[in-house]
Amino acid sequence: MFNPQLNSKGNLNHLLSIEGLSIEKIIQILDTAESFLKIGERDVKKVPILRGKTVCNVFFENSTRTRTTFEIAAKRLSADVINLNVATSSQSKGETILDTINNLIAMNADIFVVRHSSSGAAHFIASHVKPNIHIINAGDGNHSHPTQGLLDAFTIRKYKTNFNKLKVAIVGDILHSRVARSNIHALNILGVPEIRVIAPKTLLPSEIDKLGVHVFHDINKGLKDVDVIMMLRIQNERMDGVMLPSQEEYFKTYGLNQTRLDLAKKDAIVMHPGPMNRGVEIDSAVADSEQSVILPQVTFGIAVRMAVMAILAGQHS
Amino acid sequence: MSILIKNGRVVDPKNNIDANLDVLVADGKISELNKNIDPKKATQIIDASKKIVIPGIVDLQLNLREPGNQYKSTLESEMKAANAGGITGMVCPPDTTPILDEPGLVKMLKNKSEALKLGNVYPLGALTQKLNGKLLTEINDLYESGCIGFSQAEKPIQDTEVLYRSFQYLSTFNFKAFLRAEDAYLSEKGIINAGEISTRLGLKGIQSISETTAINKILEIADLTKTKVHLNKISTAEGLNLIKIAKKNGVNVTCDVSIHQIFLTDNDIGFFNTNCFLKPPLRKESDRVKIIESIIDGTIDAICSDHSPVNEDNKLKPFAESEYGASSAELLMPLIFKLSDEYKLDLSLLVNKITYQPSNILEINKGNLSINSQADICIFDPEYSWEINSKTLISEGKNTPFLNQNLTGKVSSTIFNGNIVFIDH
Repeated sequence: MFNPQLNSKGNLNHLLSIEGLSIEKIIQILDTAESFLKIGERDVKKVPILRGKTVCNVFFENSTRTRTTFEIAAKRLSADVINLNVATSSQSKGETILDTINNLIAMNADIFVVRHSSSGAAHFIASHVKPNIHIINAGDGNHSHPTQGLLDAFTIRKYKTNFNKLKVAIVGDILHSRVARSNIHALNILGVPEIRVIAPKTLLPSEIDKLGVHVFHDINKGLKDVDVIMMLRIQNERMDGVMLPSQEEYFKTYGLNQTRLDLAKKDAIVMHPGPMNRGVEIDSAVADSEQSVILPQVTFGIAVRMAVMAILAGQHS
Repeated sequence: MSILIKNGRVVDPKNNIDANLDVLVADGKISELNKNIDPKKATQIIDASKKIVIPGIVDLQLNLREPGNQYKSTLESEMKAANAGGITGMVCPPDTTPILDEPGLVKMLKNKSEALKLGNVYPLGALTQKLNGKLLTEINDLYESGCIGFSQAEKPIQDTEVLYRSFQYLSTFNFKAFLRAEDAYLSEKGIINAGEISTRLGLKGIQSISETTAINKILEIADLTKTKVHLNKISTAEGLNLIKIAKKNGVNVTCDVSIHQIFLTDNDIGFFNTNCFLKPPLRKESDRVKIIESIIDGTIDAICSDHSPVNEDNKLKPFAESEYGASSAELLMPLIFKLSDEYKLDLSLLVNKITYQPSNILEINKGNLSINSQADICIFDPEYSWEINSKTLISEGKNTPFLNQNLTGKVSSTIFNGNIVFIDH
């Protein structure tokens, strides 16, 4: 199948989704991120890799956290950074996405970090820009959030070293989660032998098993002997409706508490893409426990995003 | 004026003809069908050797986008596109702007299309006011002004009581309902077929039960109220099973499929190709296979183009925000021929489903080459090879899932009411 994120030489021109990336490409990004990790620990947190380049954060959907980490990543690479919150500007005036992007290209931006509420938005933009422009998907609808998938893989590698002996459980709203999809693809490519998804039937998309996962509805069975637990955020609008009856019932049936965590391996790690709903999908004690790697995920996220930008800009091979 | 179509392979399913014959057209009628008709009888001769001569195609779903949506295309542009596809009978749904729910609008459309002399336009009137699914339109007035049946276009009636009463009322006057079976609660905000592809792409899926629950409801009420129903654009294998059983049980139901569903599945969406955004959504391979079986076994009565030209800008958007629809009037006959060729199906069986059978569904005497019938004829060149692109398509809508593909076979001329309305190469 035609993969729009690779150029004719097979190099990464855009980062749109994890699906379609080779294991070598993912390892290259993770290794590059590893080398950038130290920069964040230094006094002078800057390298000149993207000096003279302009990175444009175009967020058609509001997000502070993801935008900030991209901004920090670009600045540590010495790029000029422009933040555009399009959700509140030109789109509301009726401008099309392509017009918005083309205007920014006319201002000589080099890398676009795009978030949009519609699945496929990043693919759409990438297929309509010149080859010297790079698009990084920072989340499109329920489809993909590749840098999250990569930073989660980076985190797992940090704590578990070897992917091909792991059992990983992803718990929560798989149906609406681009993070879950990106993680499923990444873990499969990296050779994780057993990926489990745990959710009520209302929060699972059709034929999810065909993406290479085992489906569990009972969290107690699903967490048995896993090495990694990836919790997903439950959005408030999913509650009190036809998908879920209430927050309380969700926490009771699918929330991660210490008793359930004890079903996993002793050294299992707990991950969460943030922002967390304490007391809804995760118990505070678990979120703050020694097994939680939720804050390191954020730190690693910056290194991974630096790696992606550096590789796309062709400065790092 | 008289036209002699010489040496063509004449396929006229109604009259069981599939033979090399000449066709003589005079005074707007088919006047003779025979071997070696004397050329002196005609003022104009069309050499149809190596070509296929069939009745003018009757398309049960052709969005002409008028009144109201001239930004997308005009009545004239789309009737010409239809002619380029050999279509002379054009059934248009009521979801125009304004909606076809008033006799004046229908009359205007009829008058305008009659003045163009490019085909017979058969409007479907709105079954409910503004297609709101709540209040009935004045269907007798609409019928008198030219509506051939009544439809909800893409706005299914949700309220079962309204569906029941509207069927009772239609049945009182022996009118036919043309409906697309869909439970809008289930399909709400759905974009593509629910399955591996929708999950992979993160697009909201439409389950096949959104079609089958609606079919069940419609068939039960049709059976009870003795209402004539035509189900438009069936997309699922399960739905076709239900219709097959209903037909066996004597329910007065017919159905069609769109040409897209015969060749494409949700797999063709690839990485968000908006040209594959259609309603109903492209389904899975097993549905496609069942559709072909149902064409052969007769469960499917007709095949429509579902021609829905979309302005280019409305396809240049992220998938779910783009507009559904594809240009297909010019592709219907070539794809029918391809179907016959690839699956070794009797061409006459397939031609029947775009000519005589749709005429039967409409209860009109069209779609055949009987002597003294109106001379509506499509001449098809099965050997002509062409690429489908924005230059070769006549329709204002240049979007089709088949864009930039090569196709063998193209309509070479179309005759409507004894006049040549389209001629190519």
